[in-house]
Amino acid sequence: MIRESLSGKRVAITGATGFLGTALTERLLRCVPGSEVALLIRPGRRGAADRVRREVLRNNCFDRLRAQVGDGFEELVAQRLHVMSGDVGVDGLGLDAQGKDLLASCQIVIHSAATVSFDSALDSAVEINLLGPSRVAETLKDLQPSRATGSDSPHLISISTAYVAGSRRGSAPEAALSDTPWSTDVAWRPEVAAARRARADQDAKSRESKMLAGFARQARRELGAAGTPLLSARAEKLRDEWVHDQMVALGKARARGLGWPDAYAYTKALGERALLESRGDLPLSIVRPSIIEAALAEPVPGWIRGFRMADPVIISYAKGLLREFPGVPEGIIDVIPVDMVVASILAVAARGPLDEPDVFHCASGGRNPLRYRRLVDLVREWFQENPVADSSDQPITVPEWSFPGRQRVARQLERAGKSIGVAERVLQSLPVRGSRAELSARLEERHVEIDRALSYVELYGAYTETEAIFSVERLIELFDSLPEADRLEFGFDPDVLDWRQYCQEVYLPSVVSHARVRLVGSASRSSAPGGLSRSERGRRAVLSPDRQLAVFDLENTLIASNVVDSYSWLATRHESGWDRTRFVARTLREAPRLLAADRADRSDFLRYFYRRYEGAPVEQLRADAWEMFSDLVITKSFPAGIRRVREHRMAGHKTLLITGALDVVVEPLRPLFDEIVCARLSRRGAILTGELEEAPPTGEARAMIMADYAQANGIDLAESVAYADSASDLPMLEAAGHPVAVNPETKLAAIARRRGWHVEQWPKAPGGPRPLLPIGPRR
Amino acid sequence: MTRPGFVLEVDRSTPPILTWHGEGYRLERLPPGRSRVIYPPEATEALSDPDRAIREALLNPLGDSKPLPELLSAGMRLTIAFDDISLPLPPMRRPDNRQRVIEAVLDLAAGAGVDDVVLICALALHRRMTESELRHAIGDRVYDSFAPSGRLLQHDAEDPDGLVHIGLTDAGEDVEINKRAAESDLIVYVNINLVAMDGGHKSVATGLASYRSLRHHHNVKTMRHSRSFMDPEHSELHSSNWRMGRLLAASGVNIFQIETTLNNDAFPASAAFLQKREWEWSLRDRAGFVASSKALSVMPPRSARSMFQAIKAPHALTSVHAGEVEAVHAATTRVVHRQQLVDVQGQTDIAIFGLPHICPYNVNSIMNPILVMCMGLGYLFNLYRGMPIVRKGGVAILSHPTPWAFHPVHHPSYIDFFEEVLSETTDPAVIEAKYEERFATDDWYRHLYRTSHAYHGVHPFYMWYWGAHALEHLGRVVVVGGDPKAVRRLGFSPATTLADAFEIASDVVGRDATISHFHCPPIMIADVH
Repeated sequence: MIRESLSGKRVAITGATGFLGTALTERLLRCVPGSEVALLIRPGRRGAADRVRREVLRNNCFDRLRAQVGDGFEELVAQRLHVMSGDVGVDGLGLDAQGKDLLASCQIVIHSAATVSFDSALDSAVEINLLGPSRVAETLKDLQPSRATGSDSPHLISISTAYVAGSRRGSAPEAALSDTPWSTDVAWRPEVAAARRARADQDAKSRESKMLAGFARQARRELGAAGTPLLSARAEKLRDEWVHDQMVALGKARARGLGWPDAYAYTKALGERALLESRGDLPLSIVRPSIIEAALAEPVPGWIRGFRMADPVIISYAKGLLREFPGVPEGIIDVIPVDMVVASILAVAARGPLDEPDVFHCASGGRNPLRYRRLVDLVREWFQENPVADSSDQPITVPEWSFPGRQRVARQLERAGKSIGVAERVLQSLPVRGSRAELSARLEERHVEIDRALSYVELYGAYTETEAIFSVERLIELFDSLPEADRLEFGFDPDVLDWRQYCQEVYLPSVVSHARVRLVGSASRSSAPGGLSRSERGRRAVLSPDRQLAVFDLENTLIASNVVDSYSWLATRHESGWDRTRFVARTLREAPRLLAADRADRSDFLRYFYRRYEGAPVEQLRADAWEMFSDLVITKSFPAGIRRVREHRMAGHKTLLITGALDVVVEPLRPLFDEIVCARLSRRGAILTGELEEAPPTGEARAMIMADYAQANGIDLAESVAYADSASDLPMLEAAGHPVAVNPETKLAAIARRRGWHVEQWPKAPGGPRPLLPIGPRR
Repeated sequence: MTRPGFVLEVDRSTPPILTWHGEGYRLERLPPGRSRVIYPPEATEALSDPDRAIREALLNPLGDSKPLPELLSAGMRLTIAFDDISLPLPPMRRPDNRQRVIEAVLDLAAGAGVDDVVLICALALHRRMTESELRHAIGDRVYDSFAPSGRLLQHDAEDPDGLVHIGLTDAGEDVEINKRAAESDLIVYVNINLVAMDGGHKSVATGLASYRSLRHHHNVKTMRHSRSFMDPEHSELHSSNWRMGRLLAASGVNIFQIETTLNNDAFPASAAFLQKREWEWSLRDRAGFVASSKALSVMPPRSARSMFQAIKAPHALTSVHAGEVEAVHAATTRVVHRQQLVDVQGQTDIAIFGLPHICPYNVNSIMNPILVMCMGLGYLFNLYRGMPIVRKGGVAILSHPTPWAFHPVHHPSYIDFFEEVLSETTDPAVIEAKYEERFATDDWYRHLYRTSHAYHGVHPFYMWYWGAHALEHLGRVVVVGGDPKAVRRLGFSPATTLADAFEIASDVVGRDATISHFHCPPIMIADVH
């Protein structure tokens, strides 16, 4: 019946890039051969059609159809799949004339576009979830005159959520909210206005001078002396994020205040009300799924798209991160496989509209409940059999859950987060680098994980504590009305779900592979793509023959030394015993001040520090620098770093050194590099004046130098590699296609980790001499 | 008359034997009934008036050479070349032989009115010496009168303008040496002959040669056919150097060779127990051993290293010969043999080599794992005449901490050799064929060799070739007390104790294997019949 009824129909779908939308599109194309599909897609950078190709058709959802029709896939798509560029966030859907014609030609419109993220900002949830359905309805009404005469109005099927019922106990009927007892009645128009205003208010607040100063401070804390352009960009991003966070918090607060678990359910509920008001006489059905999860059978068991709600919670649990998760043991976790939702929608579409809008629940709780305790047992059992591997390939033991209250879990996590935060701040304030800095980055990662776990508890806790039971009488009635063949092919009776089989054979394997978590005994990481470890792949990538340029910082990237070291070496080279001692004492006294000056602004520091060279004889300095090359530079070099420079040269890449060190000091390194950009002091006759000839290459100037060099040599910066150790080199690292953090200090370690940059730990020559103080050798 | 070396059969009453272990030593008990200890001869007598002996040697040359004063004349170009930091071991107390000899030569040159005198340190592919090392070798007076005017040079085997190609030997070997030396009217070579390998034609043909010339004898094939390279008569290395030396002579390069020998008095009185037979240790020796081992065991490796580096040997001059190269060297070798030869009857299944803190290539530096291999399987293994003290297919047990440690200035190419080459293969022939050229011609290594204090890029290869004969001969190599990771990288088996090492060796040579303990230093040559 379903196939016959939908054959010859054109079905419009919104939200096709989403989980449900993709499944719907695929099912129609594969199982209803006579149908046509029209997708309303928000155009990306390369247009709507391109987005469909890349974000919908390339999904593995279509693998089965591809295998079925072979070479005919393109043709099938060309004939039966149409694309209109539009946006449900805009009144009139932003359709062009062509799009309008296409939409007008559809007999069925399935609106499944929504922002499903449970922590979306209030105003964007309002625009999409609350206003979206009405906009679709309004547009369809507007298009009515342009439809072929005599044709009926299209059937609008709006996808909502079972949780519009709110945080309630007992049965929730399949009925419009207005006909549902205990449902919250809120006028939706003032809510829209308030949400829009809230955005403006928060934005204004974020621009107050105190706030701006705070963002600037935080940017500086994160990036250090990375230069003005990067710091201001970061501060602006922080401001943006702050406004977003405020909007998320507002959404949550408003939703909870009105009796919904979150902004998603709240905006969806008001969206239903708005839709019923604005539909006029447009035929309407509302389908309310509960938590949509991996496919039971169609297109393949376990098919899933994106990270679904329960998935991150389960993965955090398997990683031993979430040691407890709140919930009522006998509470119902209402999960429904995506293919059942798709089948229900198609059945509703095939049946056609009734005179009055009607509502269906797509949920399992009413008919075949999955209790929270049972779910936890199934998950635990499975992960005991198939434990996740930790970084050293040891199995992670999953904890036993005691079903605590939400408050207790939240408190525990907050405490853990706080203590890690303290450790993190202490580490960040220390001048550590290399593996110790890595520790701090790991702590930060742990912190992020705990924060995330905390947000799961906050967000999803409500769902594990839900005590509402979504009645599915109307859905089952619809199912029973179907002929036998349809019931087999388009099954959606949740009664058939065997939770053990679904959980352990379909759902968990799919989640694990989707999350790219490695199980013990599964293919080890080293036999992962290309049979190489992550760091080895990173190394190969930077040394690939495709690269063209390798740019290096010097201090702490290639040698464990700095301008102060080289100055004191050179200064003591010709001093006698007592003067050397005095000099060392003086330098030690000055060290903290110098360090602070360097952290504040590298250019100013160099300018200030190099004044000490005033009056130094050039020729002697040059000769001494050659001696220092052995005694200090090579002694304190990182042999692996020097080897890397040479490997780049051997691979045919250009090598460029950019450093704030003095020309005489780096002169002996010349054979390693095609070009050296360094600081130069001006001279008066045979002595130095202590003044720089031009601004020293620091911060964003390094990125400019790199770009200029690349341009002059016809090099593509995307094919360049940059090596540096500190956040003050960020502009240079960001300019390169392949940034590498070398022995990073804490800030850079955190940034590199977050952005997935290749990190190298280059030690000094093992067991080599470690001069205590950088002083010239005694005569 | 000092006592000759001898072989002690170990029985139940034999005390534990001193076994070197890098910057330290241990007392090891050997299995009685099947072990023997090979002791070097005691230090031979020193010359009572070294300076007079030197003057006499210069005036009474050997072979067909004229006395040095007759070879010197005003207006001539004179080059005095001398051995580098790798000799002697440990470095000797001041005045060094080189200082004494050079001062004597300079006196004669000044007397003859020679103005154009240049001193060249015959580095071959070794690292350039530092100022303080040079001052120690040739004395402050010579240093201060030559260095400031640029007349004290260190041989640069990579200076394109500083070398001259003399020709090919009849075996087709390139002879290319230092240009200043080759174009001088006379080269006076000042040598210290510590082991039988040193001196003779090797002084100039190797010490002042280029890579292009050296590679003809510093290679796997030559080293495998030098059995041993410490025995010039059976050393392909020497045959090649002799061919080169004869070509030099035939091409008109005049060499006046001065060779000196030292006795094997290697350690100061405070550490006399290091060169005494264990049962003769006095109370003081015992106390010295206990105190120093205790101190060393709690000392960080870096401090222990500086302590050992500070050792200056009381080596004394035992002979000096001058004149024509081959005649001089024959006389020198006789003296070296008198000091170092020990009669040994037959081979054993196992040989134990305790490796001291120093080898020719880590003076004031670090004995890295490659040098451990070279010291054990290159130097100590080859200190034999006739046949190795360990039988073919036997086991060598080396005792050394073998730390994963490198001197970044002195041994840069060693670090890369260890990381890149040994991680792939330890087979000398494969290493030579696959990697040598790249390292030898590398610009950066060349730069470091020429301007810093680095061994030449190819040097770690030579160290590996030095052990090629032993690697071919031995069934297994066990390192006691080494860093297991570093030891495995070398292709050897790590063992924690000597007992474990015997256990590991038993897989190869059985349970009742016979054992030789080579009690060196001081240096000796096992004359195995």
